[in-house]
Amino acid sequence: MSANGWLQFFVYSIVLLLTVKPVGLYLARVLEGKRTWLDPVLGPVERLIYKLSGVNAEHEMHWRQYAYAVLGFSAVSMVITYAIERLQAALPVWNPQKLSAVGPDLAWNTAASFTTNTNWQSYTPETTMSYLTQMAALATHNFFSGAVGIVVAVALVRGIQRTSSKTIGNFWVDTTRALLYVLLPACVIYALLLVTQGVPQNLAKYTAAHTLEQSSQAQANQTQTIAQGPVASQEAIKMLGTNGGGFFNANSAHPYENPTPFTNFLQMLSIFIIPAGLTYALGRMTGSQGHGWAVFAAMFVLFAAGFTTLYWAESQPHPLLHGASQTTVASGETGNYEGKEVRFGISQSSLFAEITTAASCGAVNSVHDSYTPLGGMVVLTNILLGEVIFGGVGSGLYGMLIFVVLAVFIAGLMVGRTPEYLGKKIDAYDVKMSMLYVLIFPLIILTLTAVFVLSPTIGLPALTNNGPHGLSEILYAFTSATGNNGSAFAGLSANTWWYNVALGWAMLAGRFLMLIPVLALAGNMAQKKSVPPSPGTFPVNGWLFTVLLVGVVLILGALTFFPALSLGPILEHLLLHAGQTF
Amino acid sequence: MIEKKNLWNSKIAAAALLDSVKKLDPRKMIKNPVMFVVEVGSVLTTLLLIDNTVHHRAGFGFNLQITLWLWFTVVFANFAEAMAEGRGKAQADTLRKARGETIAQRYAASGELEEVASSALRAGNVIYIPAGQYIAGDGEVIEGVASVDESAITGESAPVIREAGGDRSAVTGGTKVLSDWIKVKITSNPGETFLDRMIALVEGASRQKTPNEIALSILLSGLTIVFLLAVVTLQPFAIYSKAPQTVFVLVSLLVCLIPTTIGGLLSAIGIAGMDRLVQYNVLAMSGRAVEAAGDVNTLLLDKTGTITLGNRQAVEFMPAPSISAERMADAAQLASLSDETPEGRSIVVLAKTQYNLRGRDLGSIHAEFVPFTAQTRMSGVNIPGTRIRKGSVDAITRFLEEQGSSLPQKVRESVEEIARAGGTPLVVAENATALGVIYLKDIVKGGLKERLARLRAMGIRTIMITGDNPLTAAVIAREAGVDDFLAEAKPKDKMDLIKREQGRGKLVAMTGDGTNDAPALAQADVGVAMNSGTQAAKEAGNMVDLDSNPTKLIEIVEIGKQLLMTRGALTTFSIANDVAKYFAIIPAMFAGVFPVLNALNIMYLRSPQSAILSAVIFNAIIIIALIPLALKGVKYEPKPADVLLRRNLLIYGVGGMVVPFIGIKAIDMALAFLHLA
Repeated sequence: MSANGWLQFFVYSIVLLLTVKPVGLYLARVLEGKRTWLDPVLGPVERLIYKLSGVNAEHEMHWRQYAYAVLGFSAVSMVITYAIERLQAALPVWNPQKLSAVGPDLAWNTAASFTTNTNWQSYTPETTMSYLTQMAALATHNFFSGAVGIVVAVALVRGIQRTSSKTIGNFWVDTTRALLYVLLPACVIYALLLVTQGVPQNLAKYTAAHTLEQSSQAQANQTQTIAQGPVASQEAIKMLGTNGGGFFNANSAHPYENPTPFTNFLQMLSIFIIPAGLTYALGRMTGSQGHGWAVFAAMFVLFAAGFTTLYWAESQPHPLLHGASQTTVASGETGNYEGKEVRFGISQSSLFAEITTAASCGAVNSVHDSYTPLGGMVVLTNILLGEVIFGGVGSGLYGMLIFVVLAVFIAGLMVGRTPEYLGKKIDAYDVKMSMLYVLIFPLIILTLTAVFVLSPTIGLPALTNNGPHGLSEILYAFTSATGNNGSAFAGLSANTWWYNVALGWAMLAGRFLMLIPVLALAGNMAQKKSVPPSPGTFPVNGWLFTVLLVGVVLILGALTFFPALSLGPILEHLLLHAGQTF
Repeated sequence: MIEKKNLWNSKIAAAALLDSVKKLDPRKMIKNPVMFVVEVGSVLTTLLLIDNTVHHRAGFGFNLQITLWLWFTVVFANFAEAMAEGRGKAQADTLRKARGETIAQRYAASGELEEVASSALRAGNVIYIPAGQYIAGDGEVIEGVASVDESAITGESAPVIREAGGDRSAVTGGTKVLSDWIKVKITSNPGETFLDRMIALVEGASRQKTPNEIALSILLSGLTIVFLLAVVTLQPFAIYSKAPQTVFVLVSLLVCLIPTTIGGLLSAIGIAGMDRLVQYNVLAMSGRAVEAAGDVNTLLLDKTGTITLGNRQAVEFMPAPSISAERMADAAQLASLSDETPEGRSIVVLAKTQYNLRGRDLGSIHAEFVPFTAQTRMSGVNIPGTRIRKGSVDAITRFLEEQGSSLPQKVRESVEEIARAGGTPLVVAENATALGVIYLKDIVKGGLKERLARLRAMGIRTIMITGDNPLTAAVIAREAGVDDFLAEAKPKDKMDLIKREQGRGKLVAMTGDGTNDAPALAQADVGVAMNSGTQAAKEAGNMVDLDSNPTKLIEIVEIGKQLLMTRGALTTFSIANDVAKYFAIIPAMFAGVFPVLNALNIMYLRSPQSAILSAVIFNAIIIIALIPLALKGVKYEPKPADVLLRRNLLIYGVGGMVVPFIGIKAIDMALAFLHLA
């Protein structure tokens, strides 16, 4: 570990902290339907959209209607994505490389992946997806799925904020406003910023370049195909919407996606900026800013702890490489360089990996499979904790709020009152929905992992490593899919029929099965009366609550997955130090 | 009736032990999903144990011990519940004796008295009870006055007066008329009497899960499923790692992880909560009411009898100008000598202590007592040639005006001064002359201020209800330390206040005894009826205070809070326990194949078998160890929520993580010492 590495972390943290309030205030205004400074320009557009689509902006929805709208909207857009992938060879435009149709299982997997904000990529984008598919099917979905996450979170916050209300908002209005006032304008500016840094934005054919290196047989200069395309526009929403699906296979390690230290910083910041801002919006909308900050603090503590462990683990020299220097000249950093871009070094790779797994982004600038066993365990654990350490846009907040409800319920009794959260009594229905949310996650991950590690025909052949590392790879794949993260541990050849189909279902279940209980909770909360606070009220702000929330997230996560982790990364770590590698 | 009993009364414990085996019936166990899973696990290991024995497989000693301790876990949890129920049963037996069959004298249609068994009485029957007989059923006195021994119900040996009309007309079956006679109209059918309901309540027979218990059960069931998943999928991972596990070990891990501690003690906590109320001589009609008591935001307290002593006392004579204090005191005493009200007596006492005036024989001066009536609103004496009166300002003013006189300005000022100070002025007049004003003061009950401060610390707002004018009410409210008051309150105002508070999402508690309190008692979330009150009030409330002590609301609230806290504390403790159990069991499971995993054996447990067994044993005996806490409840102090949370998180959260590390290590050492593993 180096002073420079820590400085990066502190600068990042301070800049993030500075964005929380302004971003949160803006988000709250947009989502509460108030005027913003963009209204003069976008107001007419918004009204036009409602007029053309026949949406009555005044109509409020019951939570069931809201859920139907979310599911319907996602289902239709998923079918469209699937269709574009399957038909890309036949479609007349924007396929300069003449890429063929995507196979049915991969198209299914990818459609599920982008609809669920996961962006798991079982394919190599530059050799699989046409520009049209990248733009119309994938980038569009990055916007849609991000917006869906935000609006579900807002619906839940409304449920907490409202009293004696049957409705939790209008899905079409919320989605339109999230897209029009937040994601679209931000991405336009962001994409242009990326272009200034050298990120390509074109529709050109791939360039064939002749390198200086000579091929041994032909005595001629080797050729290299330089892939390109509308990268900047997709890159912006990839980060801002915590989607993570790269335009290229190498994702943010590719110089066209992430060319400069500035873009690297910007990418990391843009992953957290909306999830962090939403915690402020939570405080704002519920009238308890202290609670918003307490939730932010819990997320930040988990983030800082994860980074510290990860950075420490990656900075350890490899125990089996005796005598060899493991320090780079350029940065002076010592540690595990396997799978890391030299441009970013250990600190920037660790920070990026921590952020992208803490949030359910999944963009990568290094290979998580090559991390030390403990480093790999940190990124895996970030996802296993339920993607609530800032998490995905919206989904991070609603996931964390589920933990808040559980924390309040478990510990709330200890102040001698039936538990209440911001004045709302937590009843059996709330606990049922929260437990359902908490249950579905390990159910999918553990069951599917168990099936695949037992199967010598469909599960194990995809492994390129055996032993505990192989277990980690399969566990990571299903965890990443279910947590809607989308990053790959790599080392697993997951583009097979069985994995594509199973991972596709895991992503859909991890998104939509979990989102229904959230909306049900919102609906149930909204119709309750609110009890005004008194000295006897359970405090949901302050450091004590932050500690409690962190404890509940860690204990529930750890208790659920400790057995699996102990046979995966923990065992691998211990065996590595005993001299055995996989 | 209820004396504090030793927690481990051996008779109750023996009966509970038998009950805990009876409760193994799966049809009963399924009501407690967590413990049901343990029972299923125990059956599974038992069958496997038999199978292994038949086939002479190795590991009998370890497997037997695991199986036994799994069964113990279930039995211990049942024992906790049976103990709690047992304590209630003992009380029920006492009550049942009181209910025993008696002969009643019923008025037949002809108007004649006929002798029938008490079980033949129906609602609407009218019975006659002379002195020395037991009252055969619940009812209302419709004629007569009698002193009644209610000790069977209340434990209070002093007899109480029951009379027709008013708020002291309700009688309870099983109590005994000591003197005189009464005619009672029966109000409940056999099996539905107050005594029957009490028996059912203390026995826990009619116990239903409260809303919070249901929510907690859902949480615990959810956690159980999560751990079931974690353990069931561990076997595939173990097979992948070429280290498969036996069913004994997997069931052990599962049972250690699922929240058996709180799962086993949950119903005992609930029953014990009701039981604690009974020890305070309060009967809650449902567990829901006890829970609601912990949640109360607003407490309505009647001024008279709750905040102040039931009566006012004379503290000062304020004579009119040109009247000497002695003369006034003398007249006031004369007017009060035959006045048996507490106020009247306090005037006599004040005159004696301040002016050394002794009581005189009224007969010798031919004095004739004039009692207070609702029309005149005055009382006094007539001595030949002299009429002395004392009464409210209005009444005396009228009395003076009738004689062509009027109230002097100075006296009027004294009256206002007393009213401003929160007192009640009583004007004394002799014929056409106003002599002065007696200052009657409300006396706030001793120690009440401190108790109300406790409530404030809990975040509960107190509102005093009084018929006094706002000026007087404000003074008493300040003196007693209540947060707010409702002056000149009529029954409807009370009702409106409750609805208004509830409309803001608050839970309201109140006490009441009169029939006109009944609607408000029913509306309040916690309505405590006084046992001395009318049947209507008792029906409307969801608790009955057998001692008829309105300040007991404060204890009721504390018991409710304590119940909820105990539940939360044990839940937190139970979940926090799991951390240590993982560190005991996981290395033990896999260290055979992967010795490096011994790095996780941070407790240095002697062997894998000893580690697993120690965790299972700890898991079982912690239930027994916590039964006293479950029955007594965690210590409650009225502190703000954040202080309570910090303290309890430290004790039950952090403590819950640390204790099993120590406990498991100790058991491991004991097992080694005994050569059991």
